[in-house]
Amino acid sequence: MKNLGKAIVFTLAVIWLVIDVYPLIFMVFVSMKSSKEYLSESIWALPDAFDLTNYVEVMKSGFYIYYLNSVFIVAISIVVLILAATMASYAFGKLRFKMNAPLYTLFMAGMMIPVHVTLIPIFRITNLIGLYNTRIGLVGPYVAFGLPVSIFLLTTFMAQVPNELEEAAIIDGANKWQRFAKIAVPISIPAINSVMIYNIVHYWNEFVYALILINDPDKRNVNLGLWAFYGDHQVDVPNVLAALALSVLPLIVTYIFLQQKIVKGMIAGSVKE
Amino acid sequence: MRHETIRHLKDRTTTALFVLPALIIFLFYFVYPIPTAAFYSFFKWDGLGDRVFIGFRNWGELFQDGFFWGAFLNNIKLLVLAVIIQLSIAMLLALFITGGTGRVRGIMRSFFIIPLMLSSVAVGLLWSHIYEFDYGILNTLLRTIGLEGLRRDWLGDPNLAIYSGIVATAWRHLPFFMILFQAAIVGIPVPLYESADVEGASAFQKFRYVTFPLIMPTLVNALILITIGSLKYFDIIFALTQGGPYNSSNLMAIYLYKKAFGQFRMGYGSAIATALFLIVFIVVVTIVRSLRRLQRRVAFE
Repeated sequence: MKNLGKAIVFTLAVIWLVIDVYPLIFMVFVSMKSSKEYLSESIWALPDAFDLTNYVEVMKSGFYIYYLNSVFIVAISIVVLILAATMASYAFGKLRFKMNAPLYTLFMAGMMIPVHVTLIPIFRITNLIGLYNTRIGLVGPYVAFGLPVSIFLLTTFMAQVPNELEEAAIIDGANKWQRFAKIAVPISIPAINSVMIYNIVHYWNEFVYALILINDPDKRNVNLGLWAFYGDHQVDVPNVLAALALSVLPLIVTYIFLQQKIVKGMIAGSVKE
Repeated sequence: MRHETIRHLKDRTTTALFVLPALIIFLFYFVYPIPTAAFYSFFKWDGLGDRVFIGFRNWGELFQDGFFWGAFLNNIKLLVLAVIIQLSIAMLLALFITGGTGRVRGIMRSFFIIPLMLSSVAVGLLWSHIYEFDYGILNTLLRTIGLEGLRRDWLGDPNLAIYSGIVATAWRHLPFFMILFQAAIVGIPVPLYESADVEGASAFQKFRYVTFPLIMPTLVNALILITIGSLKYFDIIFALTQGGPYNSSNLMAIYLYKKAFGQFRMGYGSAIATALFLIVFIVVVTIVRSLRRLQRRVAFE
């Protein structure tokens, strides 16, 4: 009876594994086929050869620009986010001031709010300040939407750090900025890492703000580029699947090398420590 | 005394400087847009030209707009089915992963998590190849195993499209809950299982009387996340169906996008946005709050 239960769970897990992985195997196999091969052979068939022609074609059509744009947008957003969130979290976690609780609550409320409510006003604001159709224009919204969860994690972490170190530093005459830079930040590195990973994954995968704020093909991020590529080449399935594979490759490769850290970072915002 | 005051004042300025960068960005891009969307909902506006005040006309239209309520209903379908599909499979997988220490389980877990690394656009487009009628994976599979009669136009049939979208969504998001559950199960003290063993409890009894009650707070947490997440959902279903065919698979956020940025009816789109905000707000203050209370109670017990 006990073994039967285990066998059922194991079987279901294996079935899920197939459902999980097969679409990706399909993607890789078909992306190595020629259009003719795809249409004439069964979809289960292996590709005739290890052929990366489709990948080269996709890259040549300008896909590499999307990578550069994504890297640029994600990098700037992360730097601004980490700076702003760490500073604010230090204040919320370690400093006493009248507006501490109300402001913290304001940021926390942000975790509940549907981002799409802000689309139209942000479209308007971005136009007004002249950042429509610029890559930099995405940084503001990205940072704003990364703030609540980042401040939540960092504040929780900093509040748990014992006060003794800070008190010793105060006696030594260190001001808030010195205490922040020399004590709070170095101690919070593990939490800052989690926050970075969490937000890099979300920024890299972001789509809807790019969709409404970017117009020129040469300013698209990877997801917008992939979306447009599908629009233009839909009939050529092996080709679009090569583009799809290229778009998901960076995070999957990163995941293979940094699995533990990424998994920890992904759920960091949802577990009470 | 005077010296004290000055020092105190200077101290407060620096505290403000710590919070200010985050606060400015947040107010500008997050807080200000919400009342602004409510304000725009009283205008007829194409997003670029002049705004024309039209009172409650957008709101009157919204209440009678079958497509909006259809979208709302789809959000509810997504919510209910996400809870059923995602939480049950995630729990099963979490139990499987934590059921032993073998290498196989670890490797399988690594694979289970991969969908979480894919962008929503990528998942939507990938699943379009699964659902495609002639060459899609699903219909081809059905033909291969002799169940040709079950083949459907998964994305083209207005009665099916939303469910096809919900399944793709579950595929992408359920590993997240698997990790959450796994973390909760791993956190259960081993002696509890040992004493259950001493009393001769079966595997099912151990789940029912040890695992389940102890991961209840995590389960409630997952329920809260799914509830809010489903009501504001947009991504994969947009990439897969764009709300079609014939508006049959809209979600509120997709319908908002289509009105505002497809038809440039920004005023009406703002009315949808405000309604979406109010619905999520009401759900948060009622359902989520009572769930939180439940969570505290079970955590206490």
